[in-house]
Amino acid sequence: MTVVSLKRADEPRPAVQNRLGKIEIEDFGLRYETANGPVDAVSGVSLTVEPGEFVSIIGPSGCGKSTMLNALAGFLKPTSGAVLVDGRPVEGPGADRGMIFQQYSLFPWMTVVQNVEFGLKMKGLHRSERRRQARTLLGLAGLSQFENHYPDGLSGGMKQRVGIVRALATGPRILLLDEPFGALDAQTRLIMQQILTNMWQRLKISVLFVTHDIDEAVFLSDRVYVMTARPGAIKAEVAVPLPRPREHALIMSSEFLALRRGLMSLIREESLKAMGGEINADALKGLAANFDGHDIAKAL
Amino acid sequence: MASAAAPAAAPARPELPQAPPVAGSARTRRLGLRGAVSGLPVRPALVGFVSLALFVMAWHLLTTYRVNVYVRFANVPSPADVLASAETAFLSGTFFEHVGMSCRRILFGFLIAAAVAVPLGLLMGRFRLLREAVFPVSEVLRPIPAIAWVPMAIMLWPTNEQSIVFITFLGSFFPILLNTLHGMSTVDPVLVRAARSLGASEAATFREVYLPATLPQIFTGLTVGMGVAWVSLIAAEMISGQFGIGYFTWEAYSLVQYSDIALGMIAIGVLGLASSFAIRLIGRLAMPWSAAR
Repeated sequence: MTVVSLKRADEPRPAVQNRLGKIEIEDFGLRYETANGPVDAVSGVSLTVEPGEFVSIIGPSGCGKSTMLNALAGFLKPTSGAVLVDGRPVEGPGADRGMIFQQYSLFPWMTVVQNVEFGLKMKGLHRSERRRQARTLLGLAGLSQFENHYPDGLSGGMKQRVGIVRALATGPRILLLDEPFGALDAQTRLIMQQILTNMWQRLKISVLFVTHDIDEAVFLSDRVYVMTARPGAIKAEVAVPLPRPREHALIMSSEFLALRRGLMSLIREESLKAMGGEINADALKGLAANFDGHDIAKAL
Repeated sequence: MASAAAPAAAPARPELPQAPPVAGSARTRRLGLRGAVSGLPVRPALVGFVSLALFVMAWHLLTTYRVNVYVRFANVPSPADVLASAETAFLSGTFFEHVGMSCRRILFGFLIAAAVAVPLGLLMGRFRLLREAVFPVSEVLRPIPAIAWVPMAIMLWPTNEQSIVFITFLGSFFPILLNTLHGMSTVDPVLVRAARSLGASEAATFREVYLPATLPQIFTGLTVGMGVAWVSLIAAEMISGQFGIGYFTWEAYSLVQYSDIALGMIAIGVLGLASSFAIRLIGRLAMPWSAAR
């Protein structure tokens, strides 16, 4: 796969209203009932994304990052607090908020171009018009030669690229990404990050990006929210004042590394909490005695 | 039996020398075989042909020598007898009337079953109340073999023809319904969410996601349903028919025309094979994306 950048600014692009796309989450809480009583998955989270801003949420697994994204997409309602898009509460799913999932979510029975057309079809666009728009977008993403392929024949990175193009085709105000590159190999991941940042640079739409990869969050974002282990809450908010446009060489810069180090220590605390606390070295010493010659405590 | 197999195996042997006579590794030998047929399914076709030939040969020998080892082949018609009776049957024309009649019944029974069971299964998969209401009834009726319905069907329907079609319908109905229902339960929820977040309404999601996602299972149901439809049809025709290939086969027994029994059986086999092949073909046309897998 080659790196494809969306370079030509004069090409037609999806309608994007720059003033729109503000996300406000106020005192968000999600509690569900279990056999052992109620459990708070998320509690008291407030965050905002300004129109055109790229914001990431990182945190340990199970901290409710995806829960908030699903609430924004309209798939679930918080048990407390409010989820607002441009000042109005989210009532249900809609094409004004594009969503990218970690699992590949292309429709296997549609070709690439049909997948991209889907949202436009739902909008009621005429067949020839939506085909024209989908083709234009696929051309911009460098995917023209695959437009008549079925998703099953594509690589993981290619599928996610098509998924992003599909979500952008309807001209959403907001893009929600739920660990979109989590299933990809390291190399493809880097390429996808570059593609996404280039795309965003052009479109300037609001992005809320959920990940547990610190490098990814720093490389892509204007701001990063760090969440605590369950019940999920905001632990810290970190601004990323790195210059744009960004290229991957950036990750070697001292500014990047400083940000990364700071976030790393914040996350580490929470990950350890999520695992049930620091590993007790003394306890392991006793354990190691049982393993002839293997000093586990030292290894850890 | 063993003596029958030995001479017939001879034609299969020319395949073997294709392996390099020089001491090659397993890898080169495999490449040699592959290379010779260049990816075409020549080998399975050849093996299939040989195995069919062996079957006919065994049949021929068993009947010519009237083998009698507990199982009695004395009255079983030989392949040549069946060929002769097929010639007469093909010329007279009544044989094709029987075949045509059976095909018509299958077509009606099966198509009505598909037309009812597929939409019902889709709706049951989508609406829990409907599923809860219909599922117990279907579970009670399902284990009853279609043949057991014959007396009831004769009472229910004004004509014999209708009761036979009804039996055929019943036979294919449940496999289609259950497979469709199962298909609905395995639709990937992330695809539903993706559609909803792209602006699809409830109805559009049903049409654009649930239906195509369930198609492979629907076609599994149709294939199984077609098989059961034939089983049910033949049974019904043997019991209450006046025409049809099942009736033809049973009547041949009553009239002591033993070679016609085998002819009828072979006809049923060919028809069953042809109809499941037709469904698979339609399935492939309806689901072009699954060919890529």
